[in-house]
Amino acid sequence: MAKGIWIIIEQRNGQIRKVSLELLSQGRLIADQAGENLVAVILGQNIEGLGGEVASYGADKVILVEDDKLAEYTTGAYTSVLNQLIRKDEPQAVLIGNTAVGKDLAPRLAQRLGVGMASDCTGMEYDANSFLTFKRPVYAGKAFAHIVSQARPIVASIRPNTFPVAAADSSRQAEVVKADTQIDPADLKAIVKEVAIAASKRPELTEANIIVSGGRGMKGPENFGILEELADVIGAAVGASRAAVDSGWREHKFQVGQTGKTVSPTLYIACGISGAIQHLAGMGSSKFIVAVNKDPEANIFNVADYGIVGDLFEVVPLLKEEFKKLVNQ
Amino acid sequence: MNIVVCIKQTFDTEAKIVLDGSGKIDSNGVNLIINPYDEFAIEEGIKLKEKFGGEVTVVSMGSSRAAEALRTALAMGADKAVLVSDPALDGADEWAAAEVLATAVSSLSYDVVLAGRIAIDDGSSQVAVRLAEKLNIPSVSSVLKLDIDGSNATATREIDGGTEVIALTLPAVFTAQKGLNEPRYPSVAGIMKAKKKELKTLSLADLGLSGSEIAAKMKVEKFSLPAARQAGRKLDGDAAQAARELARLLREEAKVL
Repeated sequence: MAKGIWIIIEQRNGQIRKVSLELLSQGRLIADQAGENLVAVILGQNIEGLGGEVASYGADKVILVEDDKLAEYTTGAYTSVLNQLIRKDEPQAVLIGNTAVGKDLAPRLAQRLGVGMASDCTGMEYDANSFLTFKRPVYAGKAFAHIVSQARPIVASIRPNTFPVAAADSSRQAEVVKADTQIDPADLKAIVKEVAIAASKRPELTEANIIVSGGRGMKGPENFGILEELADVIGAAVGASRAAVDSGWREHKFQVGQTGKTVSPTLYIACGISGAIQHLAGMGSSKFIVAVNKDPEANIFNVADYGIVGDLFEVVPLLKEEFKKLVNQ
Repeated sequence: MNIVVCIKQTFDTEAKIVLDGSGKIDSNGVNLIINPYDEFAIEEGIKLKEKFGGEVTVVSMGSSRAAEALRTALAMGADKAVLVSDPALDGADEWAAAEVLATAVSSLSYDVVLAGRIAIDDGSSQVAVRLAEKLNIPSVSSVLKLDIDGSNATATREIDGGTEVIALTLPAVFTAQKGLNEPRYPSVAGIMKAKKKELKTLSLADLGLSGSEIAAKMKVEKFSLPAARQAGRKLDGDAAQAARELARLLREEAKVL
C-alpha cells in the first residue's frame, strides 16, 4: 500500500520557496518510479490558495494545516503538528529543503519520531531495497557520504538548487485535505517576537542561480560595488571569500566556503579569489565556474571552466557591458 | 547559572580528504581542531558564567584524542569536562550521538546548553537540535545574539535573508553562528590551570547504555570523492576581447546566460 512521499512546503506570505518546487518536481519522478503518492504538506496561515500551485508541480494530495499559531515558523508548533500527521499516515519519506527552517525542523522531528535523517543532500535516488539512497557532502564537499535510512519514515533535507523545477501543469488536480491537529501550550515555549528580512533585490545566496563572488583581490569593501553592478545585470547574488569576510569587507552571511555557505549555482564567477581549499569546498559543485584573477598560477584556475587572467578592476566593468548586451538581446 | 557546552573535535579546515584502504575517511596525519562554530559556543558559555556566575561544563563525544579539544576549552575558561569515548561509538549517527550526549548532559545541572550550529566535518547540523528534543527543552538555531534575564532568554537568530528574534524560557539549547562573539585565545595561565581541572572520561557502560541500544539508524554505504574538476581554458587576448569571448561562451557553449 502506497504510504506516500511527503514534501514539506516552505512558504512565506503565501510565496512558495523555490526549493519546495524543486522537491515536488524530483518527488514526482521518484513517486512514479516507486508507485507512490506524492503529498505536499503546507503549514501556515492563509495558505488555502496554495493547493493548486503544488498540484501543478506534481502533488497528488495536499495536506493543509491552517492555524494562526503557525503563521510564523516555530520549532515547537511545526514539529508537533508534523509529528501528529506523520504518526497518523505513516509516509515512507518526509523531505524538506535544507533551509534555515529545514535545518531547525527536520532534526527535531526526526528525533521525536525516533528515526535518522539525511541532511543537506545533493543527490537522492529511488532504490527498490532501501527506497531512497542519498548522497550528501561531508567536509563541505571534499567528500561524499552515500547513505540510506534503516528506519521509517525516511527523513531528509535537500540542498537548494540540487534538482531542477519541472514545468508547471495547471491541468493537474490534487485531493486537498484540511488536517485537524492539536497545538498545545507546551509546543509554544519559544515564540517569534520579531522577523527582519533584509531588503534586498538580490536572490538569497544558497538559492541563487548565479553568484558573483569577490576575494582578497577586491582590495577593500568599497570595491564590491563593481561586483554588485555586474550581479544586478544578470540577477545574481553577491558572495565573498573568507579572506574578504575576515578583513571585514563583507558580512559573514555572504561568505562562501567551509565556514560559510555551501552553494551550487549554475554559474559561479570568482573575482580576485585565489581558490583556497576551504573556498573550493563551498562552491566546487557549481555547474560552471568562471575565474578572473591577475595571478595566472592561482589555484582557482584549476577548477574554472573559463578563466581570464587579468586585472579584475578592468575586466569586471567590461563583463558588465558584455552581459548587458546579452540580456538585452 | 550552569552552562553545558557540547563540542566536537574536527579536522582542520585546510585538511585534504583521502580515503583509506577500506574506503573510509582517512584521519592519519590530519591536524585536529575544535569545530570552529563550537568555539563561539564555548566563548558564549564563559561570558555567561562571567556575568552570572555558575559553572561551565564542556562535553564531547569522540576518540581519546578529543580530550585535547576539551583541554583547550578548559584553558579558555571552562570549569570541567566530560568525554564520552567508547569503541562502540564508531559509526554512531546523529540520532545515536544525541541519545548519548543527552544521557551525559542529563546528569549535569544546566540552565543553558550551547553548541556550534554545524560541525564542519559531517556538516549535518542535527545533534544539538536532537539533544534539545531528547532533553525536552526548546532550542534556537544559528544564534547571533543572546540576552538572558533571569530565566528568560531572547535570542536573535539567522534565517534565510534576515534575522528573527525568539523569546523563550530556560533551560534551552542554543546553537552558535559566527558573529555571536569573538572567541578568546587560551592564556598561558589558563593553559596551566586547565591541567588541574577535572576531565572525566566515560564509557557507554558508565552512562548505563549498551552499544545495541544506540545502533545507528542511518547506514553509510560508502564514501566517494568528488570527480576532479578539469581545468578549463584561459581566454586569450586583451581584457576587452576576453570579456567578449566569455560572454559568448556563457551563452553559446555553457548556455547559462
